[in-house]
Amino acid sequence: MKEQLQKDFDNTIRHLTLSQKDIEIKKFYLDNFINKGFPNRKEEDWKFSDLKQIIKKNIGELAFYSDYTSTNKVDTSAFVDGLEHNKIVFINGRIEKIDFDYEKKDQIEIIDQSETINKFNNNSSLSDLNSAFTNKSFKIVVKKGYQLLKPLIIYHTTNSKIWSKNINLRLNFELYENSSLRLIDLFRDTSEKNFINIFYNFNLKENSILKNYKVDKFENKNIKYSFNNIEQDKNSVSETFILSSGSNFCKNEINCNLNGKYSSAFVNGIFSLNNNKHHEIRTIINHLTENTKSYQLIKSVLEESSRAVYQGKIFVNSKAQKTDGYQLSKAILLNKDSEFNAKPELEIYADDVKCSHGSASGSLNEDSIFYLMSRGLNYQQSRELLINGFLLDVVEKITDPEVKNLIKNMIGIKE
Amino acid sequence: MDNRQKEIDNLKDYKYGFTTDIENTRAPKGLNEDVIKFISNVKKEPQWMLDFRLKAFERFKQLKEPNWQKPKYPKIDYQDLYYYSAPKSMKDKPKNLDDLDPKLLETYKKLGIPLQEQKRLNGIAVDAVFDSVSVATTFREELTKQGIIFCPISEAIQNHPELVKKYLGSVIPVTDHFFATLNSAVFTDGSFAYIPEGVRCPMELSTYFRINASNTGQFERTLIVADKGSYVSYLEGCTAPMRDENQLHAANVELVALDDAEIKYSTVQNWYPGDKDGKGGIYNFVTKRGLCKGKNSKISWTQVETGSAITWKYPSCILKGDNSVGEFYSIAITNNHQKADTGTKMIHLGKNTKSKIISKGISAGFSDMTYRGLVDISSKAANSNNYTQCDSLLMGNKCGAHTVPYIKNKNSESNIAHEATTSKISEEQLHYCQQRGLSAEEAVGLIVNGFCKEVLQQLPMEFAVEAQKLVGISLEGSVG
Repeated sequence: MKEQLQKDFDNTIRHLTLSQKDIEIKKFYLDNFINKGFPNRKEEDWKFSDLKQIIKKNIGELAFYSDYTSTNKVDTSAFVDGLEHNKIVFINGRIEKIDFDYEKKDQIEIIDQSETINKFNNNSSLSDLNSAFTNKSFKIVVKKGYQLLKPLIIYHTTNSKIWSKNINLRLNFELYENSSLRLIDLFRDTSEKNFINIFYNFNLKENSILKNYKVDKFENKNIKYSFNNIEQDKNSVSETFILSSGSNFCKNEINCNLNGKYSSAFVNGIFSLNNNKHHEIRTIINHLTENTKSYQLIKSVLEESSRAVYQGKIFVNSKAQKTDGYQLSKAILLNKDSEFNAKPELEIYADDVKCSHGSASGSLNEDSIFYLMSRGLNYQQSRELLINGFLLDVVEKITDPEVKNLIKNMIGIKE
Repeated sequence: MDNRQKEIDNLKDYKYGFTTDIENTRAPKGLNEDVIKFISNVKKEPQWMLDFRLKAFERFKQLKEPNWQKPKYPKIDYQDLYYYSAPKSMKDKPKNLDDLDPKLLETYKKLGIPLQEQKRLNGIAVDAVFDSVSVATTFREELTKQGIIFCPISEAIQNHPELVKKYLGSVIPVTDHFFATLNSAVFTDGSFAYIPEGVRCPMELSTYFRINASNTGQFERTLIVADKGSYVSYLEGCTAPMRDENQLHAANVELVALDDAEIKYSTVQNWYPGDKDGKGGIYNFVTKRGLCKGKNSKISWTQVETGSAITWKYPSCILKGDNSVGEFYSIAITNNHQKADTGTKMIHLGKNTKSKIISKGISAGFSDMTYRGLVDISSKAANSNNYTQCDSLLMGNKCGAHTVPYIKNKNSESNIAHEATTSKISEEQLHYCQQRGLSAEEAVGLIVNGFCKEVLQQLPMEFAVEAQKLVGISLEGSVG
């Protein structure tokens, strides 16, 4: 793999206009990645999902260089209907379109950061890989006091032109005081066997609100990793919703630093898996100052021989008195070959806190099914009704009504 | 005068901190094949036992010391330890208690463990382990009548080799982790209990561990086998003198329960925790594992962990037999600079297996406490259930409380439920108690005892009283 990496790296560099210094930095990250390689189960964070093995088994040899010289045609029919929205379109990892048509032009700034390599607050090997190979990187700034009128949808589209490729994406968001942003990540893949490695960084200033909805719904054979780093100032709110369903393998990581008083973070997630899929959500919520709050709810429905993993950590440092931290994960195993692993973790150094976590996994309650069947539903209907209700709980946590409806329609959950 | 006062004060803190001035026989310092042969030779062990040890030592040489635990400690120099230390008077084993060194008897009297049988009222059979050897086992005759074997393990190796051979290492194999393997190579003594088919052990069996000599690691090994349909309740207590340096205690405990058998294992661990500044104290790195081998068997661990500078142990149950049950009740209290990383493993292999985990952690002062547990339901363990509850109580913002559960469910017909909370003693509760005339410290003691009640209830009577007092003592000075 080393030679491949070196060759692809040289190729990538050749197509970028970088200063000698930046090339050096990129080289440094490349060397780091070559040293560490893809994470494997020996690392605590990857204990339940051995990425090295998964890539080896599903893809084999990866290529890291992508030719971004020619444009891809943007298929407008794939856009979400019935909801006016701003767009960023990635096709096969190439950024094709950024459009904030519905917003005041002077309130949003888009800065091309491709020429500068900013350090990412993460020293995993995947972050090194991302730093070494990203070719375009933008910073999106929402100015003071501006609340976006329409949500922003980021289309992550891949098509059959690529296979066995590694794609690295990176975006940087800065939300100034009193601003707000609704962001939907929508994954649509018709490609197979690629490894997509996404890093987002969010910087939330005082009183700002971020709502991020990640929807991986459509069946595909790709392997995805996505990392969100969220820095939060006083009174800011972040809400993250994850629908983890379509890809062969997908790991979502959320690292949230509650740096300012009264800041709060919400993470809600659904795993709806079948067919040998293996998905993971890992969250780290760092309560770093007084009066911060976090809430997490993760529900899974696992069919066939699928596997879901939830690793959630609440960290409370000694200054963070009056912290309120809550975490709940529930799983329904529908098949005897399905598997649910959880590691809900509390690390607490302050005494005046309220922290709790709960985790439960098991089969569908036969008593409930019996109850519904005695009311005239057949077995299949009763089962669907119960699962529907189980998952609806999480969707109802979405605070934005427009997006809530969109997601409900998308995954066919009825009220 | 001043010194005397100091001494008295010290004793108040940890009343088992005295040393017994007694002549010792020691193995040469260090760890090598010769030392292992020396131990084996002193114990007059058969060849198969020596082979067992050497096999473990071979394996040990390839192992690396684990480093994933939360409490970090300075590197232990395994060559700078004595692996065998015994009171000289024990060289020719005394036939009965009257022949015992009076100094030893005095020691155990001070600890509140009278070995003189006639003085015992409540009838607990005690095996007392002093440094590396078992010094006395009481009530042997009465137990023998029922066919129960209760003796030091070194004697069992001589007298019941077929049993020891069959079960030793069957739960913790010689190829296990670093400290367990070290123990397999150099273990010196410990208790052995065998309860024959259908016998309900008429009294509590108990081992009392005491580390006396300095620079000694204590490596004892306990093996309890409950044959079909039998029942035994086993108690374990531990203390050590106050010393400035850290001492290592790496014991192995193996339990085997056959069809319909039940073993109840209770520990009150009160090793020397180190002084207020965290100097000295015992490193308690113990491997405890029970195997529910037969159908309908049950193993229950109860532990009260108040001592040791570092406690690092996970008493576990392997639920192999169908319908077997594993239980784990734990109170861990850390104060000053103590550290604990403890919890359990419940490994469900058989059908209809059940497990229950209740863990209560209390940390005060500068201490750090971690609950780490594993619940693993394998794909064959249909219809299994687990319930876990771990609560932590924090006193002050210099200490830490952590919960790290690993939950694996591979069977859709099985249920796992896990709950954990972390909180502090509420002002309202304190106020209420103080209003009724309790001092702040008494109030805390009362609330903490209430917090731990679920676990304390599981302890046998004699232990429950001691444990309740311990809970109070351990937290002294942590209020205000």
